[in-house]
Amino acid sequence: MPVNEVRGVTAKLSEQERLRADLVIAYPFTRTTGPVVGAFMTGLRDRQIVGSRRADGRVFVPAAEVDPDTGNSLSEIVDVASVGVVETWTWVDPPRPGSPWDGPHGLALVRLDGADTPMLHGVLVDSVADMATGMRVEAVWREERVGHITDLLGFVPEGTGTVDPEIGNKSAEADPVRSIRTPIRLEYDFIPSAAAQEYLRAYAEKRILGNRSPVDGAVFVPPRGVDPRSGTEITEMVELPHTGHIGNFCITHLPIPGRSDLPTPYVSAWIHLDGADIGFLGLVSGCENDEVRIGMRVLAVWKADEELGATAENILYWEPSGEPDVPVEQAGNRAWPGGEIRNA
Amino acid sequence: MREIAVVSSAIHQVEALTFKTDVQLMVSLINEARDAVDLVQADVGFTCSGSSDFLAGQGFSFVQTLDAVGASPPINESHVEMDGAFALYEAWVKLQIGEIDIALVYSYGKSSPGSRRDVLAVQLDPYTVAPLWPDAHAVAALQARLLIESGAVTAEELAAIAVRSQRNAVGNPNALRASADVTVADVLATAVVADPLRAADLAAEADGGCAMVLAAGDRARELCDRPVWIRGIDHRIDAHGLGVRDLVTAPSATLATIHAADRAGFGADSVDIAELHAASTAQAHILTVGIGLGHDVRIDPSGGSLAGDTLMAAGLMRMAEAARQVASGDADRALAHASSGPCLQQNLVCLLEGD
Repeated sequence: MPVNEVRGVTAKLSEQERLRADLVIAYPFTRTTGPVVGAFMTGLRDRQIVGSRRADGRVFVPAAEVDPDTGNSLSEIVDVASVGVVETWTWVDPPRPGSPWDGPHGLALVRLDGADTPMLHGVLVDSVADMATGMRVEAVWREERVGHITDLLGFVPEGTGTVDPEIGNKSAEADPVRSIRTPIRLEYDFIPSAAAQEYLRAYAEKRILGNRSPVDGAVFVPPRGVDPRSGTEITEMVELPHTGHIGNFCITHLPIPGRSDLPTPYVSAWIHLDGADIGFLGLVSGCENDEVRIGMRVLAVWKADEELGATAENILYWEPSGEPDVPVEQAGNRAWPGGEIRNA
Repeated sequence: MREIAVVSSAIHQVEALTFKTDVQLMVSLINEARDAVDLVQADVGFTCSGSSDFLAGQGFSFVQTLDAVGASPPINESHVEMDGAFALYEAWVKLQIGEIDIALVYSYGKSSPGSRRDVLAVQLDPYTVAPLWPDAHAVAALQARLLIESGAVTAEELAAIAVRSQRNAVGNPNALRASADVTVADVLATAVVADPLRAADLAAEADGGCAMVLAAGDRARELCDRPVWIRGIDHRIDAHGLGVRDLVTAPSATLATIHAADRAGFGADSVDIAELHAASTAQAHILTVGIGLGHDVRIDPSGGSLAGDTLMAAGLMRMAEAARQVASGDADRALAHASSGPCLQQNLVCLLEGD
């Protein structure tokens, strides 16, 4: 399952007085290998590179499950040498974030002796001047191996690596590799749009802003700069009161990973501010969960003034105001009555 | 076959759309494309878009972008996690089926919040390649070196392709890299950034979007003075693995051209202009040969994707730029190309013609 984490949720003003946040997306993938890729990974654990042989005798390295020309499954696993030739290369300086290499390195397609296709990996030499097409290279291995492409540290010029007498000695007792971990992590510099910047800044002053549509005056919150019904641009901002009603709600009993501040069960609800034509998401508290109902009138409970920032988190939750309920049939969205755009 | 034409388009491309969301960008472009032919969304029978969530790091971002279309009352819509040129293909199929007469196609990419060259590593084999995080520049360099060392092209000839792009891009408001007086010597004097490629060899990374209206038959003739007819369109794909195919050729581009030409009744040797979607000068060369462009074809009159490359939209922009050349009368026949995947794995070829 993907995990979205927004670090520094309270967006801070930068030198340019604009809001930004670090956005990190991390996918903790564990991938099933199947028998063919599993054999390749098991081989790496044993310092033995293997390929798969197709009907005409050609050997694919890394071992391929399928012949791309015919679509036929490939299952015959064959050992190839740990030495080979660089077919093409480039030089990576500085090294890329997430790569297994800490310093500048070559990157090459290397065709190992006994293989008919080249494989991609690093070439570990001191400088770009040491790289050449056609150079002979040999594999160098990580001390601790788990059955992963990075068990192979990379390739070095042939004869310069430490020749390990145990290369290819298969660890008979170990189970074959059936899955590998391939976490992916991507970092983004998230900058909210101009409308969202204004919306978030207003929060710091305990003000809630919406957009008023030029089409029919419908008010949308949060303001996104567009009327989603017609695709019309909106530039007009309006300030909204801190009161409204619950259009719909949900009681959640499962904790959200990373949100220990949110004890279960909790109530999330669509809050329809007075004067707004759509709802937005908020937490409801200040009453028993089983008292929460559609149409219930609520008001915002804000953080202490000294804790306010340019963030929607300034509103801790919404609590019952004690006013009479909005009738259920009148609760909820007003921008789409009957599924059609309302007339002005 | 039904006659299907490009009747309007809108393009916007910049280095970084810092304070604009994808939605806000597309509001103006979709309205521009619809307004040019006096249409509203209710006139559009099918809407298809192309984008990738990985660029801005926001899941299902294309759903939010429907805000820019205006999806009330509900619309007939589809999305591809590919360049918008492939959304155009889907719309063309829908028009061919005959259910609809007008389609809206759009795509956009805002890769500036992340490190695009590294994000692209995620498209590679997740078992044996992606964990090594080869970035897009490095992958392009591996292909370019193979091409140079095969003897097919020299570094000077690649620099000449960069010069052609920059000179053609002069006057194109959506080009990021344009120069009227750049020379091959100027390019060769710059540093190598991904050996053997220089910065000018790599497509200029951009944020942007493109919207286009397609119409069938007489409806197209009603909507504009000179419809740009899609005479043939086809796309083909090669194997994914970098080691299992010959990276200095693009068999799928060749095959797509043959099939598109078969439908069109004319081929790549008889077009006036061609717009190529290449990530590097080396790819532009591979495509020129693989598609079989004649010597007198003007290649990339807009500067091509080398002058500005918005991921997920650069291919659709090639369709739009080629169509504009035909609509204006500067060309009668044009070829537009789009690509997807690493090292020209997938290729779409579209042959356009004016009346």
